[in-house]
Amino acid sequence: MITNLRELERLGEEGRRSLWPASGKIVVGTASCGLAAGAQAVAQGLFQAVQEHRLAYEISGTGCLGYCSQEPLVEVRCGDGLRVVYAQVNEERADELVAGLEGGDLSPELALCRWQEEAQPARKDPAAEAFPHHQQLGFYRRQQRAVLRNCGLIDPQSVAEYVACGGYSGLATALTMSPEDIIGTVGRAGLRGRGGAGFPTGRKWALARKEPGTRKSLICNADEGDPGAYMDRSILEGDPHAVIEGMAIGAYAIGADEGYIYVRAEYPLAVERVREALRQAKQLGLLGEGILGSSFSFDVHLMAGAGAFVCGEETALIASIEGRRGMPRPRPPFPAQAGLWGRPTNVNNVETWANVPLILTRGAQWFAGVGTDGSKGTKVFSLVGRTQNSGLVEVPMGITVRELVYEVGGGTADGGRCKAVQTGGPSGGCIPESLFDTPIDFDSLRGVGAMMGSGGLVVLGERTCMVDMARYFLRFTQGESCGQCPACRLGTKRMLEVLVRITEGRGEEQDLPLLEELAEGVRTASLCGLGRTAPNPVLTTLRHFRHEYEAHVRDRRCPAGVCRALVVYHIDPERCLGCGACRTACPQGAISGEPKKAHTIDPERCVRCGACIEACLVEAVRPG
Amino acid sequence: MAKERGWQARLFRGLPAEHEAKLIPLLQQVQKAYGYLPPDALERVADELGVPPTRVHGVASFYRQFTDAPRGRHTVQVCLGTACHVGGGKGIRDVLTQVLGIQPGATTPDGAITLEEVHCLGCCSLAPVIVVDGVAYGRNDRKKALRTLMECYDHEPPGA
Repeated sequence: MITNLRELERLGEEGRRSLWPASGKIVVGTASCGLAAGAQAVAQGLFQAVQEHRLAYEISGTGCLGYCSQEPLVEVRCGDGLRVVYAQVNEERADELVAGLEGGDLSPELALCRWQEEAQPARKDPAAEAFPHHQQLGFYRRQQRAVLRNCGLIDPQSVAEYVACGGYSGLATALTMSPEDIIGTVGRAGLRGRGGAGFPTGRKWALARKEPGTRKSLICNADEGDPGAYMDRSILEGDPHAVIEGMAIGAYAIGADEGYIYVRAEYPLAVERVREALRQAKQLGLLGEGILGSSFSFDVHLMAGAGAFVCGEETALIASIEGRRGMPRPRPPFPAQAGLWGRPTNVNNVETWANVPLILTRGAQWFAGVGTDGSKGTKVFSLVGRTQNSGLVEVPMGITVRELVYEVGGGTADGGRCKAVQTGGPSGGCIPESLFDTPIDFDSLRGVGAMMGSGGLVVLGERTCMVDMARYFLRFTQGESCGQCPACRLGTKRMLEVLVRITEGRGEEQDLPLLEELAEGVRTASLCGLGRTAPNPVLTTLRHFRHEYEAHVRDRRCPAGVCRALVVYHIDPERCLGCGACRTACPQGAISGEPKKAHTIDPERCVRCGACIEACLVEAVRPG
Repeated sequence: MAKERGWQARLFRGLPAEHEAKLIPLLQQVQKAYGYLPPDALERVADELGVPPTRVHGVASFYRQFTDAPRGRHTVQVCLGTACHVGGGKGIRDVLTQVLGIQPGATTPDGAITLEEVHCLGCCSLAPVIVVDGVAYGRNDRKKALRTLMECYDHEPPGA
């Protein structure tokens, strides 16, 4: 049990020893993305190799360093504090790496970079300078890792390592302050909710605080359902204690005695890590009765969702915790007035909670010094899609879309033109290349019809059809509509029908104004955020890419070559090598040709499945 | 009331509202243990928690995680999140439905494989992603996805 600062400091000492063992340590990124790239096998390979070579290196797992397109990532942490990161490590490379370590060789040819936090003194010795500093890499240069400070550094299952990095000192500070002071601090920092809507957190807390009631509740919304977004998953998997600490601070400020973390069903690893972190926090008295020797008591429960996108809406989420169908209800009353079981309830998103300890330890002024006038601090984005570098990035608010896509993302993977970025998932919109100088903050994005959303940012290249994209999102929201209000239930259905018609080549000119009319109805008449924002992907693509819609309905043509009913595949005889790869791949037997001579496709038999495009080595097969 | 059932008896005991919060976790346990929600188990859940069976059915049918039909011995999920969609996830789904001869959501007649579509597993940098029995495989194309599927069958007992 930890009842005072001295004991917390002692736990931190223990954590420092396990973070920086004198014998050195090898850490493997074992968040979901690392595991999907094969990190488990790499970790086992490293463990075996270290045993075989009789080295003293410890092996442990860590969260996500963010550079997901380079996974599996491995870091060698030398006894003297030098951290070297290796990318795309497979079992073979793991052997090579460990073999080198035996002779004290850090294999610079295999390394990605040297990791050096700003707080650490810069090392000038030749051993360190053999590696580029991580901020010399385009991917990291513009990043400022504050929320993600511990992801990729600590073992997420070690509370001691979290404490060694300053963890729970924010809570300790908070407990010496009055609740009003804490709310004032969070308000002065200018923190706005990271779940998408951007409501000022300090104001939200103040509302819940001033509600009468002896029992109040707190919820961490980790039902991250936007396809293409995984910030919350990474935070929970890489630094679960930061969220728990943030919640404890919030609970003290609001006067809540219990909290829930509602994690999406599709994130089993996050559920597991949160469960373990909660167990540790309770065991050490960082949650429960009389936290850190004070009179403040707070307990946190974990609830795994059961698969419903609409539960990301706060009133639906509350219904789900209460054991009911996750259907939103009209507000007011707002959860701050009557939430979970009628108690005043405060709901914030994962990233918002993870920001709270930072504000307490580094101060409101520090936080407010980052970002723009209206949007303070940093924001974590999942930068994915057609970029060269993809992964989890944390940048100061106000960076432009262009900087994010071209500097951090390194442009498109194939060097082609980047057509648009999609932000905010099914509630957001597409920002065309012509508007890439838009700064990324809550208000500017809303100005161009898109929205910040929770932070998903999907880069779209030339081969993405914007009509297909709109249809994709509408199909998603239509399927996820809870069905209680007709505007959403029927409106999204009708809109989807029109979009399907257009992508199947049966669209008419008047379908475009019809879409706009339906969109307006769904937007204004739906009860909750799901319905009200569902038309956004359609409206933004109609606004910025109307010519693509027109090509579909007027010319019966899909410029990106995606909509199957509107394209014919052909093989460029100039490029075709006659290797037969496409012929073997074709499930229809539609491709014929002599070896080493240009092949042809029979359009009658072709079903435009795309297997030949994927199989072709020289990009000779093209839709058009 | 004719014969009083367990849930009816409990209905009048004035259990606190918090009690009902156990419904979803309990259904999750049943789903995990049986691989689906057998009708008997649903009645049992209603009895245990003292809530009407309609409530239990209402909740069970609302959430995607719950199924009312037995599942295959293996589950193959194709991710169709945004990044996987633009990265070719649809092609992978098509080739798997073709090879297995079933639509997403269905189970092969031999009870070996249940095929599902999911919307984003949060491994977007490794798109397109498929998940076989809870293990995610990234950077797929049709060929690689089929190979992973075949490995499923390799782990089947002979004659299954």
